Amino acid sequence: MKSIKIIIASIIVTMFVSCNNKRKPQVQYMPDMYVSVPYDANGVYSAGGAVVNRAPVAGTISRNGVVAYDIPDTNAGYEKAKLELKNPLANNEKNLENGKKMYGIYCAVCHGAKGDGNGILPKREKFLGIPNYKDRDITEGSIYHVLMYGKNMMGSHSSQLTHTERWQVVQYVEKLRNELKK
Amino acid sequence: MKSVNHHSKLSRILYNSLTFLAVFLVSFSINAQDVDVERQKAGKKLFNANCASCHKLGKKSTGPDLAGVEERRENAWLKKWIRNNAELRASGDKDAIAIYEEYNQSNMTAFPQLTDQNIDDILYYTTVGNPPVPGEKNPLGPDAAINNSPSWLIWILALAIIVAFFIIASLLKTVSELKGAPKTPGLLGQASELWKGIKKNTFLHVLFVIFGALMTAYFLFGNLASIGVDEGYQPVQPIVFSHKIHAGDNKIECQYCHSAAKHSKHSGIPSLNVCMNCHKNISEVAEGTKVVLEDGGRVLGKTELDKEIAKIYEHVGWDAKELKYTGETKPIDWVRVHNLPDFAYFNHSQHVTVGGVKCQKCHGPVEEMEELYQHSPLTMGWCIDCHKATNVDLKGNEYYAKIHADLAKKYNVDKVTIAQLGGKECGKCHY
Repeated sequence: MKSIKIIIASIIVTMFVSCNNKRKPQVQYMPDMYVSVPYDANGVYSAGGAVVNRAPVAGTISRNGVVAYDIPDTNAGYEKAKLELKNPLANNEKNLENGKKMYGIYCAVCHGAKGDGNGILPKREKFLGIPNYKDRDITEGSIYHVLMYGKNMMGSHSSQLTHTERWQVVQYVEKLRNELKK
Repeated sequence: MKSVNHHSKLSRILYNSLTFLAVFLVSFSINAQDVDVERQKAGKKLFNANCASCHKLGKKSTGPDLAGVEERRENAWLKKWIRNNAELRASGDKDAIAIYEEYNQSNMTAFPQLTDQNIDDILYYTTVGNPPVPGEKNPLGPDAAINNSPSWLIWILALAIIVAFFIIASLLKTVSELKGAPKTPGLLGQASELWKGIKKNTFLHVLFVIFGALMTAYFLFGNLASIGVDEGYQPVQPIVFSHKIHAGDNKIECQYCHSAAKHSKHSGIPSLNVCMNCHKNISEVAEGTKVVLEDGGRVLGKTELDKEIAKIYEHVGWDAKELKYTGETKPIDWVRVHNLPDFAYFNHSQHVTVGGVKCQKCHGPVEEMEELYQHSPLTMGWCIDCHKATNVDLKGNEYYAKIHADLAKKYNVDKVTIAQLGGKECGKCHY
């Protein structure tokens, strides 16, 4: 009888102790239904210890019908894109609207909502010398090229934006630049 | 005047050396302190606006380190280079071509608009450097030292005081008994007498059993209900990444890093190239940055946080001195916080892009979290509650207009909720 009492008391005490540790996950009921057998998209290692998040094999073409970007990341490539590359999207409200949304997420933090280089990061002196769009000789082709590869301190944003979104952003940047030039 | 002629040799030497010392001291103090603050300010402003995107003082960036560049190059050459470096290179200047090749042929923008005065101001700034920050304080703030003492110390002190109090009380009692006061039962004796009384009282017995049963049921069911519910789960991450600094202070949009959320089932842990979009440039945190950890309020200052940024470089294989990728990478073993069981389907893009739900609605005030924790319970009841309460945005959805109208008629409402549209069906999420 006494041992039962002790067992009950110790269960209650462990319950008290166990529910206060927020560094550890809770107990799972039937964990085989919680944890996936195939590798997790957010996981680190997959079968055989290979890394999950890997860049696609060089030359991989996506299935959504977009031809791979084959202009190289060189000065000559930049000039080529600047002269030859043209926006395949129609210039309409819908594209501009999404371009504005994407610009707000991916560009405005440095380039500023108006494109004058006064985003929050330059204001807080994290990044300095972000140029005003009107001071730079840029075309739709060169904007796209820089989005793909980055330039100087700007990194590539090709992994965060899709092909369509990139061209929508290009359209919106051109609009901002025209407004700044007025 | 006569006395001058009688100066001894020793006093003359003394006089000369004193003069020399005075001149030396004056010239030295000019070097150390006499900075033209106006020019320095003007130069800094121009430098930050035009040069700082590629050049830093005391560190290599896209272009060379410009601290003390005036000592390395002639003023006329620098002016030519800054005005139009391509022209200077075309003219066959060997130094110019060499520096262009050294920095991977990155084209420097030409600055024909800068006047001689402008360029001299900038160069002046590169020589004298930044003005000293007035009143530099302890970056951790005055309360940091107090926070660092562990909380268990206070409990031990409190315990010690209570124990001391009891010892004193018993001592006083012993003293008064020795003096001849009548002997009273001690504290333990009193307690055992009370206990004997309680044991005989049936009413108290019943009360105690009911109380015990209720408590047991409360804790038992409370614990059973928390199985698999990780609300408040806040694991220790391999890198002290503060969402407060990134999303709160610097106002970087959630989707900048979690860019997969708009098109994919997963919101995605950002790959390291996304970190490097900014941290290629930002290799150390600003003066006075601090992160307060949950473990007893441990405070991380600049020294510790710079080491955390260095961890990114180690994982992504970035040589911060040479500004080059080494190619030796290894993944970061982030600890997953939000994890739905595999038998429940959830899609981020449906909520973020289609539904336009703000990230904070489910993930809580992430922009205030130094260390991320799970804000919502992520239980089925929690999902359903929101589906019942949220109306479907019918605008721009002409394809489904007829279904929406039919459903609104069926339920006799103006706006159809997600639950009425089928958001409560088992098969929507469990299949």
